[in-house]
Parts: sequence; structure tokens; C-alpha cells
Amino acid sequence: MIRWDVIEGNLPLIAAKLGEHLALTGVAVGVGLVLSFGIVLLVRGRRRWVGPTLAVFGIIYTIPSLALLAFLVPFTRLTFLTAEIALVGYTLLILARNLLAGLDAVPADVLEAADAMGYSRVRRLWQVELPLALPLIVAGIRIATVTTIGLVMVTALIGYGGLGQVMLRGYNFRSDSLVVAGFVLTVALALVADLGLGWLGRTIAPWSRARRAGA
Amino acid sequence: MELLGDVARWFTDPANWAGSNGVPIRLVEHIAVSGLAIALGGLIALPAGLAIGHTGRGELVSTAVAGLGRAVPSYALLILFVPIFGLGFASALPALVLLAIPPILVNAVASLRDVDAEVVESGRGMGMTEWQVLRGVEIPAALPSIVAGVRTSAVQVVATATLAALVAGGGLGRYIVDGFALQRYDRLVAGALLVALLALLTERGLTALERRLARGGPTAAAGVEALGQPA
Repeated sequence: MIRWDVIEGNLPLIAAKLGEHLALTGVAVGVGLVLSFGIVLLVRGRRRWVGPTLAVFGIIYTIPSLALLAFLVPFTRLTFLTAEIALVGYTLLILARNLLAGLDAVPADVLEAADAMGYSRVRRLWQVELPLALPLIVAGIRIATVTTIGLVMVTALIGYGGLGQVMLRGYNFRSDSLVVAGFVLTVALALVADLGLGWLGRTIAPWSRARRAGA
Repeated sequence: MELLGDVARWFTDPANWAGSNGVPIRLVEHIAVSGLAIALGGLIALPAGLAIGHTGRGELVSTAVAGLGRAVPSYALLILFVPIFGLGFASALPALVLLAIPPILVNAVASLRDVDAEVVESGRGMGMTEWQVLRGVEIPAALPSIVAGVRTSAVQVVATATLAALVAGGGLGRYIVDGFALQRYDRLVAGALLVALLALLTERGLTALERRLARGGPTAAAGVEALGQPA
């Protein structure tokens, strides 16, 4: 049964780990977004690079998180960096796929119109292509965020883990209350992120009904 | 690269290939628990998915299952089950079965929905029963996408089976968890290599099967395939 006194006694721990969970997730999705955006811009001009790039991201994505962490630990030790390299690695495929799909879906005549109006490449990207690609990009961020919230837990093995650490402590000290608290909070966090980012996607791009994310 | 040498030595040491903690046994454990979980998950998810996809009723259920599948982390599920089912295999199997269900269910529903409605109607027009329509028309057309769901699920289950070692389970994850605990980087990296290889082979093997099924026959409906969850 749930012992509320145990949960109450561990509130400071739970709050700290919730904060850590949010920080690990936020940094991973943020860095992943910047990285995948840069890479997508690089490969977009050379179409034959797109396939191999996504293939490499796909391989990283397929490697179980525990194994990826294990590969990194001999080099970067039990650090925040190790956790983030792994977490960022998993966001790349999701974000790059949706960025590419979003940018590719911009109609050619819209681009021509922008060119004819004398838009520079950079301005066309920021003012025409990205706004039109926004629904798919936000859909990608949404999936990447929810996925990362789950994966953060595994980094408990190297001393991080956010709420995964709460569950692990519950497991180690045979405290079902902490196990359940960690579980419920993580799932709640994932659902809130899912619904929140879904709402955000519909709100910031009302001109375009969010299509199926393709991811 | 001292580490590479250590890892190579680990792989060539006969002691690591014998006994209950040897690679063959750990590999069999890993494949057995994963295979059983996928089979049981498929036994639940396939009929349900085909029923929902065929009738078009209950799509809310599959949407909810998809959402939950995304929101519930595999690690969390595994640890949650320990107080209920006990350590090791007892907790790992139910967790893995639950994780196997969403991708298979969602893909089955989506792939049936994407079968050309006119083809289905002409089947009915020819006097086929609903069962015949499902077996003779819908399933053959949707098969590559259905297998894509099984592939997604299998990759996810094989990856999560690694985590079973965290709750005192067997399988290849044992090397990683023990390698961490004992600070033995040779074992750690060797385990990671084995696990990564198994996951990639699972993915490649089922992708090849999917391509075979798609070739010649009806191709998979584009855009159905969804990404699985890394675990």
C-alpha cells in the first residue's frame, strides 16, 4: 500500500529529482534540436546525403539505451555529459525526420513566389519555410520530448535519472511507495508534455491543420 | 586503445563462453524472453488490431493504447512490476508483453484502414463474407505494414529485455549491469556490443522480411509506419 508519510518524508528528494528530470530532458531536446537543425540544413542541399544521415541516426536510435551508456562511460565517465550524449543521440532521428518532412512539404510555388519577391535564402528559410514547416517540427519536438522523458530514467544507472532515481531508491530500499510515486510522476510528466506540446502545435500554427506527424 | 584490447581478450576468453553466465546462455535467455513477450503481445494485439481495423470500431482504444505506450517508460514499468511479480523474469515478462502490444496494435489498425476502400467494397460486392474480406483482401494488402509493427515491437522488446538485468533478470544486459557494478569496462563494453548487435540484427532481419513480403505483392501503404520507442 502507498504510505503517504514515506512520500511526504521524501518530498525534497522527489522535488529535486523532478527538477533534474526536467533539466536532463530540456537540455537533451534543446541540444538535439539545434544539432539536427544544423545537420538538416547541411544535408538538404545534397540529397544523396539525406539517406545515409538518417541511416546513421537510425542505428543510434536502435541501440538500447543501456548499451549506449555503456559505450560512453569508459570515455566520459559517470557524468552529465555521458547522460546527455546518449539522450541527444536518441532525439536526432525523430527531429531530423520531422524537420526534413516539414521543409520538404513546403509547396514549390510558394518558394518561387518568395524568390520572385527577392527574398534572400536566409530570409526565405526563416520567414517562409520554417513557419510552414512548424506544425511538423513541433510534432517532432513533442515526440522527442515524450521519448526523452522515458529515457532519462535509464540514466539512473550512472547516477542521474531524475525520477528514475526515485524509483531506483524505492527498489533498493523495498519502498513500494517511492516506486509508485516515481512511476506516477513520470507518466504524468510524459502525458502533460504530450498534451501540452500538442496544444502548442495547434495554437502556434492555426493556419495549418497539423498533419499526421509521419513519426 | 587499451580498452579495445581488453574487450577483444574478453571475447576470446573461453571462460566467458561457458556456464550459466557465458555468452551462449545469456543470449538464449535474452532471445527467449524477448520472443515469448513478442509472441504473447502479438497474440493479444494482432486479433484486437485486425478487429478494430476491419470494423472501424474502437479506434479510440488503439489511440489510447498508442498514447500510453509512448508515455509509460519501459524502465518505469519494469521496476513497478517488481513489488507485484517479484524479481527477474517474473517482472520482466509481463512488462515486455505490455510494451510489445502498442506498436503491433497501432500498425495493424492503421494498415487495415489504409487498404483501398474500393477493393474492400468490390470484395463485398462479389459476395465475400466479412471473414473472407479480412482474410483474402485486407490482410494480404496490409501484411507488410503489419510486419512493420511487429518489427518495431520486436526491436523495442529486445532493447528493453536488456533492462531486465536491472531487476535481477538474466539476458545480455547482465554484462552491462555487472560491468558497471564491478567497474569492469571490458565486460561492460563487450555486453554493450552484444546487445547493440542483437538489436540491430533484429531490426535488419525483420526489415528484410518486410521487403520480401512487399515485393511482387501489394506494397506497404506509405506513411503508415511509425517510429518505435528506443528503450
